[in-house]
Amino acid sequence: MSALTQALWVLLLGSLLGLELIGKVPPTLHTPLMSGANAISGITMLASLTLIGQANGQVPLLVLGSLSLGFALFNVVGGFLVTDRMLAMFSRKKTRSGGAR
Amino acid sequence: MAGLNLLPALIDLVAVLLLALGIKGLSKVSTARSANGLAALAMGLAVLGLLIQQPLSPQAWLWIAIGTTVGGLLGLVTARRVPMTAMPETVALFNGCGGMASLLVALGVALYGSGGSPGLVEQISIVISVFVGAITFSGSIVAMGKLQGWIDTPGWTQSSLRHGVNIALAVACLVGALALPGAMAGSPLWLLVVASSLLGIGVTLPIGGADMPVVISLLNSYSGVAAAAAGFVVGSQLLIVAGAMVGAAGLILTQVMCTAMNRSLVSVLFGGALGGSASVGGGGDEAGYTRITSCSAEECALALEAAERVVFVPGYGLAVAQAQHALRELSKLLEAHGVEVSYAIHPVAGRMPGHMNVLLAEADVPYEQLLEMDTINPEFPRTDVVIVLGANDVVNPDAKSDSSSPLYGMPVLEVDQARQVFVVKRSLGAGYAGIKNALFELPQTAMVFGDAKVVLNGLLSELRSMGAGKKAAA
Repeated sequence: MSALTQALWVLLLGSLLGLELIGKVPPTLHTPLMSGANAISGITMLASLTLIGQANGQVPLLVLGSLSLGFALFNVVGGFLVTDRMLAMFSRKKTRSGGAR
Repeated sequence: MAGLNLLPALIDLVAVLLLALGIKGLSKVSTARSANGLAALAMGLAVLGLLIQQPLSPQAWLWIAIGTTVGGLLGLVTARRVPMTAMPETVALFNGCGGMASLLVALGVALYGSGGSPGLVEQISIVISVFVGAITFSGSIVAMGKLQGWIDTPGWTQSSLRHGVNIALAVACLVGALALPGAMAGSPLWLLVVASSLLGIGVTLPIGGADMPVVISLLNSYSGVAAAAAGFVVGSQLLIVAGAMVGAAGLILTQVMCTAMNRSLVSVLFGGALGGSASVGGGGDEAGYTRITSCSAEECALALEAAERVVFVPGYGLAVAQAQHALRELSKLLEAHGVEVSYAIHPVAGRMPGHMNVLLAEADVPYEQLLEMDTINPEFPRTDVVIVLGANDVVNPDAKSDSSSPLYGMPVLEVDQARQVFVVKRSLGAGYAGIKNALFELPQTAMVFGDAKVVLNGLLSELRSMGAGKKAAA
């Protein structure tokens, strides 16, 4: 039971942290933030890895785990790269206009 | 031994800290890019911590390698290839896959879970993970299909029939969820999977394109919840924290978007498409307009030539036409002639908040020229020429004056205050909200029909030849 209580505390505090973290965001960053947060939600790949690790040689579990890992990594790799592509445009702008002054 | 157990725990803690700092940094322009890298690093650390903790057989490594290679490479290629205009769809696709990953983990544990029958907590977590994961997946795919124009809004989804269908599906989910603990690998599980997937489709399908950003943001929040649920399933606190953070952050973003559109989340989710589905994406609905003035690119160029202050209002049409570079060229030319140029950015212009900022940044438009709604609205009365490029609902004056309009109350760009307005549009077809725009019939408004890129290039060549003519005369 204590493990569950602990997990629920973690859930609660994580949620509160999430609410506080992005209180104020300029509209410019809404799309990149959504995309970045979306990449982070691919953290479920940890669950896929755990599933594969605990498969004990059961092939269906290995296949499901591997498939799920693939989906999650697609989310993670694609998400971070796409976010970086968007943000690169902003930062390139910054240095260029900064250099002009 | 204690040291060995401590290390992964410490790595996890650092990973959570970096993830939190990453999300926080993503909300500031100056730190956003490094914050994104920080979050990616945190994810890598989390994986490292897990791999240290959990010894793996060569067979397991093989399957990990397969999943990593395929998923990672596809992600890499997609991220590199996808055009900036398709960003909302792409985020929806990635998001759906995150939901699918959580769903598959829960299925794996439910079907082949080792160590006897799962406890109550595990069962509840599996139900939540399957339910939310399936809705996230099917909902995101539908959202992507609608944004890409692959899926239309079927007529029946605009009648109250859809509520009946969705309630029936929700009841089916509930039945499956309640029956699941008794027969973990049996038919209740599949009932839950199928009914949840259909519910995701049934809920997303009736929603109009104008509200799609809100839906994607909400689904993004769901995929966080699905990850947190998967965290309960496999007993990973790191997963629970990260999932909860993303879930909460997604909710905040969703709320911000609803506020910008003056819509409540409830009306977005259950209200159906604004103004019916008849003309969504269509171009033929020209009835109802009586006093339209249309003009050529040449006349528009003449007005620009004489103007001192010009404001561009970009919308989805600009994105579709890939006209951001042509627009930047035009404003450079105008600036060279001493014209004051700025861009009015409506918070929900395009298909996602910030969509226009991303698009214009790609074309090297300086930050300072992108003005938000509250900044630019008082400036319109002293603006000579406004050029609306493929935007529609966000400049509809009915939102302020006509209480019977479905848009009534939504904050809009008050371009009707400017001296002259040119609307560049392919046709008189309705916008995503599917309603008429009173702006088009105002005496100071002229329509320039055509693809945004073609029109902008036309304006460019007109202005260049005018400039050349002037030089020759002088």
